[in-house]
Amino acid sequence: MVSVAIFDYGAGNIFSLKNSLEKVGATVDVITTFDNSNVYSGLLLPGVGNFDPAMNSIRNYSKIKFRDYVGHMPVLGICLGMEMFFEKSEEGKEQGLDVIDGEVIVLPSSMKVPHMGWNNLEIKKPGKILEGVKDGSWAYFVHSYRVKPNSNDVITAESDYGIKVPAVVEYENFFGTQFHPEKSSAIGKIMLENFLKECKK
Amino acid sequence: MTLTKRIIPCLDVKNGRVVKGLNFESIKDAGDPVKLAEKYSNEGADELVFLDITASDEQRKTIKELVRKVASVIDIPFTVGGGVKSLEDARNILLNGADKVGINTGAIKNPKVIAELMELFGRQCVVVAVDAKRNYSVDNSKNIFSENDKQFWFEVFIYGGKEGTGIDVINWVKEAEKLGAGEILLTSIDKDGTKDGYDILLTSKVVDSVSIPVIASGGCGKPDDMIEVFKKSNVDAALAASIFHYETHGVNGVKSYLKNRAIPVRL
Repeated sequence: MVSVAIFDYGAGNIFSLKNSLEKVGATVDVITTFDNSNVYSGLLLPGVGNFDPAMNSIRNYSKIKFRDYVGHMPVLGICLGMEMFFEKSEEGKEQGLDVIDGEVIVLPSSMKVPHMGWNNLEIKKPGKILEGVKDGSWAYFVHSYRVKPNSNDVITAESDYGIKVPAVVEYENFFGTQFHPEKSSAIGKIMLENFLKECKK
Repeated sequence: MTLTKRIIPCLDVKNGRVVKGLNFESIKDAGDPVKLAEKYSNEGADELVFLDITASDEQRKTIKELVRKVASVIDIPFTVGGGVKSLEDARNILLNGADKVGINTGAIKNPKVIAELMELFGRQCVVVAVDAKRNYSVDNSKNIFSENDKQFWFEVFIYGGKEGTGIDVINWVKEAEKLGAGEILLTSIDKDGTKDGYDILLTSKVVDSVSIPVIASGGCGKPDDMIEVFKKSNVDAALAASIFHYETHGVNGVKSYLKNRAIPVRL
């Protein structure tokens, strides 16, 4: 049994994520502060909410800083959660978590925004989250922004939406998916299992 | 590849049970929304929509429990609508595991709720449902269209299609987008229940008026109706109910049929 925490920004459906993690064998707590002792093997930043309020809830309600809390523990950021790994976002004015160099920019206006629905993953290189996931697998996306890392090395999968949208990023102990694994049926389940495997290490 | 067209089964729920004539052999209790949700999800549905048509607010409280049960058995997105009037109604639905909330009459009565929902939960959670009906009393302040030598405009109806509002559909969807809608669920009252195909004109005009995704609804009787709406408009998703009630047109069967006719779907 692996024990993980979901950080709740207080803005939306985290029930589905909690439920999906429990289905693949995790014990899940929902936390709203980093001030209690870290008894977890992994942390998830969920994918619902807005950039500034979510950043504020991470930064302003704990004495302990995100990076200090996390240490070397695996962190999975989903959608907005992944966007927060970067320095800044066009969605808001707040500074991001700044664990990956780069920024978050709005999707091109030539396309319908939000990018909503099932899209293919184009796997760029092997990654821990993508183990056992075939090139071309379908994932469920719903987002209006995309990440733009300074280095393409962190991108392990992309998706085509008029432009190449980074779909999975990995950097040290930080893993991010632009899509929602908890809503991506069997493929999403594999990725959550992969993340839990990292947590067990 | 790119984004696929979404195929969305819709379940009408009353007092916690699925209503409308259902005819499944593989499901013992066709009226159980949780079992049906699981079945559709396993068959490859891209999303689900639940419309709560429960009459009174008191009885509607069952929806919270239903949402939670559905969310614990399926791993695809789902929308819950019907009777959503306030931020509190929407929060109840979203925090219990739904991904999106559909708002119809509540948005017409109080458009600000769209913006409030968007600010709190994000645009992607806000589905504005629009019930449209052709009105042949042509009036120059409206967006006038013609088909078969008849002129008309599309009027927004509320309270489950019972009451006209005098509001022009094209103006309303633009307004809803501006306020913060993430998606439009567009139902043709003229076509609903006919099994005669979607209202192509309505769908394409709405799709061309907004830059958020649109779901076509009302009139689907066979897979070819979906092909028609996808080929003749740039709509993003097709919603249907009765078509999936027969095993011959299971979700998977419908999607294979579409794929063979060059509609990009997830299989």
